Amino acid sequence: MSYIKKPKIIRENALRNKLGMTLTDYEGVMSTLCAGCGHDSITGAIIQTVFDLNIEPHRLIKLSGIGCSSKTPAYFASQSHGFNSVHGRMPSVATGAHSANSELFCIGVSGDGDTLSIGMGQFTHAIRRNLNMLYVIENNGVYGLTKGQFSASADVGSTAKKGAPNVQIPIDPCQVAISIGATFVARSFSGDKDQLVPLLKAGLMHRGFAMLDVISPCVTFNDHEGSTKSYLSTRESKREALYTDYIEPFSEIEVDYDQGSSIEVDLHEGGKVILRKAEKEFSPLNKSDSIRIIREAADEGEMLTGLLYIDENTPDFTEMENTVKKPLNEIPFGDLCPGSKTLTSLQKNYK
Amino acid sequence: MQPTDTKDPQYYHKVVDCQWGCPAHTDVPAYIRHIAQGEFTQAYMVNRESNVFPGILGRVCDRPCEPACRRVRVEEEPVAICRLKRVAGDLKGDIKELLPSIPDKKNGKKIAIVGGGCASLTVANDLLPIGYEVDIFESLPVMGGLIRSNIPKFRLPPEVIDEEFNIIVEQGANLYLNHPIESMKELLKESYDAFFIGTGAPKGRELDLPGRNDTDEVHIGISWLESVAFEHIEKVGKKVLIIGGGNTAMDCCRTSLRLGADNVKVMYRGTRDRMKSSDWELEPALEENVELVLNHSPDEYVIEDGKLVGMRFSVLDWFKDEKGKLTSKKIDDVVIPCDTVILAIGQENSFPWVERDIGLEFDQWEVPIVDPVTYQSTIKGLFFGGDAAFGPKNIIEAVEHGHQAAISIHKYCENQALTDRLEYGMNLVTEKMGLHEWSYSNDYGYENRLEVPTVPMNERFKDINIEVEMGFEPGQFQQEVERCLNCDIQTDFAANLCIECDACIDICPVNCLMITENDDEESLRKKIKTPADNLEQDLFVSEDLPHTGRVMLKDEDVCIHCGLCAERCPTAAWDMKKFTLKVPYALDEANSTNTNATKKAV
Repeated sequence: MSYIKKPKIIRENALRNKLGMTLTDYEGVMSTLCAGCGHDSITGAIIQTVFDLNIEPHRLIKLSGIGCSSKTPAYFASQSHGFNSVHGRMPSVATGAHSANSELFCIGVSGDGDTLSIGMGQFTHAIRRNLNMLYVIENNGVYGLTKGQFSASADVGSTAKKGAPNVQIPIDPCQVAISIGATFVARSFSGDKDQLVPLLKAGLMHRGFAMLDVISPCVTFNDHEGSTKSYLSTRESKREALYTDYIEPFSEIEVDYDQGSSIEVDLHEGGKVILRKAEKEFSPLNKSDSIRIIREAADEGEMLTGLLYIDENTPDFTEMENTVKKPLNEIPFGDLCPGSKTLTSLQKNYK
Repeated sequence: MQPTDTKDPQYYHKVVDCQWGCPAHTDVPAYIRHIAQGEFTQAYMVNRESNVFPGILGRVCDRPCEPACRRVRVEEEPVAICRLKRVAGDLKGDIKELLPSIPDKKNGKKIAIVGGGCASLTVANDLLPIGYEVDIFESLPVMGGLIRSNIPKFRLPPEVIDEEFNIIVEQGANLYLNHPIESMKELLKESYDAFFIGTGAPKGRELDLPGRNDTDEVHIGISWLESVAFEHIEKVGKKVLIIGGGNTAMDCCRTSLRLGADNVKVMYRGTRDRMKSSDWELEPALEENVELVLNHSPDEYVIEDGKLVGMRFSVLDWFKDEKGKLTSKKIDDVVIPCDTVILAIGQENSFPWVERDIGLEFDQWEVPIVDPVTYQSTIKGLFFGGDAAFGPKNIIEAVEHGHQAAISIHKYCENQALTDRLEYGMNLVTEKMGLHEWSYSNDYGYENRLEVPTVPMNERFKDINIEVEMGFEPGQFQQEVERCLNCDIQTDFAANLCIECDACIDICPVNCLMITENDDEESLRKKIKTPADNLEQDLFVSEDLPHTGRVMLKDEDVCIHCGLCAERCPTAAWDMKKFTLKVPYALDEANSTNTNATKKAV
């Protein structure tokens, strides 16, 4: 954190998006996280993402639970809607918000504690619902806000700051998500914006639940030598399974792709992803392939990154449940609340 | 790109735009911070070390620092650097104790200085502390040279000149007033170890058109200003035409108003953007109702019955010809009535007292050939500085000439090679006081530039000596100092500490940082979030970063030195460090020689 406020200076040659907005326009309040926190880099990547996608601030809702990670929504898009909910309960609030207005772009920011411990139940059921949202886990392997105890994502053998090793088996959110039917699963690193920003864009434009597990080192409690989630160890252990490029709608594809080894997927909300394979024997369109390759990498002590699984065909929550597409605030009150007579006649049907 | 060498003092020097733009390299941000803290005497002394005459320059400097000021690249107006310098001059305490001590035992060398202006007195100021005996010869009854005779008192009060000149003379210079040097040949025969000529460019340019010799009412600007300054002229006509568009024209028109003219027109042959006058000299003139007439080229002095009644002008239309060269076409012919004409179309060097058979070589413009580094002429031991050296420039240039000539004189007297001069040095000291605390005011001041208060219009013309500008008042300068971006507090980067967390890139309010693969400069400049397209400003490239081998980039163009990168850096790879440029003066040369001599003796 800093004592001074970040000065607001718009340079003449500052880049502007199609809405005429600058990156500064998509910023939020000054972060109060520790200097060097990975979460702040993710904030920077999200700002870049919504800037590049020309998202109107009033069409974005950002939600979170509790924890260091869950402070993030305050630090970007201060002109957008936001909800800082109860610990681990962000998916419920997101479900509600999405039901009320499915036209909003929805970004949920959570942490490894908020998702994999107290919020595990809510997390898995949001996946089952295929809620149309981008769910970002800022994963640092520790409970930073309560001084660095191991979280559920800490690797076996990774040590705490004072040297004690973790002995419990970690939960890998990517494997969990794929196994219970998530339709977009990716992993990235806060210190690699070249990879992170296209994944965030693709996740936001995906129809359904897009889970992005971002390793985000805790600079205060988990950036030491024995940690497997420090800046250095993450750089050393990460291996990119697929290079992901997000191509905006109606734009020319400027790079030549090797047709044989690359895969194009059209995204429901606009644009497409082009996936260039680093692993020959791997298709991110095949669930078994994805789980296998993640496990194999983990056995070798590697952390696989990139877009690990994508399924653009499964209907999302609103389609499955056949809920109303129109935002509730645009529906006349009489239709929304047809009155006691209608209610009584409806109830008669169930007697 | 190769990694940037920040150990080269000139790299960080260039980041301090004002200091880089100042011919004498005044440490502007340092003295502005002293003013902010109410340390006016220290602020004055920081100035004095490099520019010697802060009180004078705080009023009439050509201020190349201001257009250079980084603030212009962030918003519209630069920091009022010159006006703040005056604050230091006005509010300082006694500085006598702070001046370098003058040795009782002299070094036995004697220097003759001809002319008592800023360049000459700078030479004396630099040589006296080493132990030189200095004789200054001034033809007028007072010191000052051009600033005394050509700058009107309503812009520069004589007391300010007296104070800053006397303090140098009081250090032990022998001053000979009313002592014109009539012959260079005779002077060189006298027993001096070296000579310095700082006699300025005292000759105003003539405009010989029909009618010029038929009237007494045409004056040459700088001579006329001198006569006004010494009260030989106390009146002027009612309708005055000033010919020319430079700063002398501005002084002449405003002086005319104070001597009783009703209608003063500045006649310039070109367009306004080509006028040489500074904005801050033109604007007060216009404010005082001087009329500016552009595109009028003089043809003839119109004389009737032996009296000047007007001047004939060609009205010009300027355009670019096929080759892009600016040319003019006469579109009209007018006579503008007047009873006085003052010529302010430039000034020239004049050395009627220098014989042409003594071995001193002149160029085609009658300016002596002077080495631009050593300031030595074609006669060994004879040095030139100020306007006398390279033709009319400005005061701050003259001061720098004086510093450099003093170094040469010392080296000449010590039989050392004149070109073997000490190089610039630097000091870098961290400003970190705590996690979020710096020993400078790092918050960005959004205030706009303040106008300096002036004497009301109805009071100004009551006396020619009333100084128009009153200087910033307390409260005002305290606001203005906060506009300074502290460009001397450098963002110093230690690549070996960086963990590439991106925190600095994300927090930077002007998006001037990036971590990326190294490449050629053109490509790297595009990789910063706000492209680094000002090619005049450097691009910092770090050593390879330890984790990935990528490099940290910084566009020096618009960094506002807020220190947020350093605050957000978890490993202190970025630090805010105060940069002090070590400019060598004659005394440093003397001390370094002494050290070497001692070393040899040991």
